[in-house]
Amino acid sequence: MSIAIPKITLARRPVVTKILESRKDELLITGLGAPTWDVASVSDHQNNFYLWGGMGGAVSTGLGLALAKPERRVLVFTGDGEMLMGLGSLATVAVQKPKNFAVIVLDNERYGETGMQKTATASGVDLSLVARGVGFHIARTIWTLDELSEATNEIYSAHGPVFYDVKVQRSDDPMVLPE
Amino acid sequence: MVESVSWSDKVFSVLCEAEVKQVAYVPDAGHQRLIKLCIDYNEIKHVPLTSEQEGIALLGGAWLGGERGALLMQSSGVGNVINMLSVPNECRFPLLMIVTMRGEWAEFNPWQIPMGQAVETTLKAMGVIVLRAAEECLISETVSSASKLAFEGGRMVAVLISQRALGQKDWNK
Repeated sequence: MSIAIPKITLARRPVVTKILESRKDELLITGLGAPTWDVASVSDHQNNFYLWGGMGGAVSTGLGLALAKPERRVLVFTGDGEMLMGLGSLATVAVQKPKNFAVIVLDNERYGETGMQKTATASGVDLSLVARGVGFHIARTIWTLDELSEATNEIYSAHGPVFYDVKVQRSDDPMVLPE
Repeated sequence: MVESVSWSDKVFSVLCEAEVKQVAYVPDAGHQRLIKLCIDYNEIKHVPLTSEQEGIALLGGAWLGGERGALLMQSSGVGNVINMLSVPNECRFPLLMIVTMRGEWAEFNPWQIPMGQAVETTLKAMGVIVLRAAEECLISETVSSASKLAFEGGRMVAVLISQRALGQKDWNK
């Protein structure tokens, strides 16, 4: 008997739109590739810092910023491929315990920029379990709109560090460069 | 590493005077004393890393938040940071790295030699200014100079502390 795997129903840009509807003065870091285009298309804001290189460095960049600005909330939006290259950085975050820090992975289980090859998450590697294992206060995989609503509240207000692996459909959204 | 106490204390003072607020590191025996000084000082956030490349990204984020930082590592760690240097290079973030060298002066571990010999070439290929401190008495003033180049000159700078200045590693300690 095999375990039933939920079907992915969430689309990435509506997910980013939903999360950023509540945005106020938060500081954003985006990981290279689609998360940068997603955030630029939804909320191209002066408090965004977009990476288009340095793969594996989004969470670490967010951590340095969160440590420098403990009074501000710092959100990192990145993809599963970028996150997998920087898994160790989750342990580094957990050691620092920044209470103002949230990581959101838009996980389509693919390397979207290079031909949609499968990432490790397509084979069952569970990023939220990794985050929980290293010591994030909250770490969950998000499959549904209800789960996303609850996560959105926590992203802005829960005691960090918090981590959400949002399962999103594979889609071919237009590339939107930041202004 | 008793022989490293003196330069470590001086370099710590240089970092404090430069208002460095975040010190990231992957430990090296040569950095032992300096790391301890940073850990014991509340005004500096000390960030142990799982890989040196995290430190490059971390210090970029720190700079975005208005804080200066420094990355302490061994020469072998330089190999782990090369692509991540694209970020400070492209963004003109200041970057101060203090590298304790292996794989050169009287090295006994052959596995340390390839990266040790490639450190200067690879850093320069990525646009990093490389300053060498070949003797212990030159270390703190070299870090001070590197700090100005980094934070006032807006450049990526690495100080390579020679194995000759550190003394040969003694495995009995």
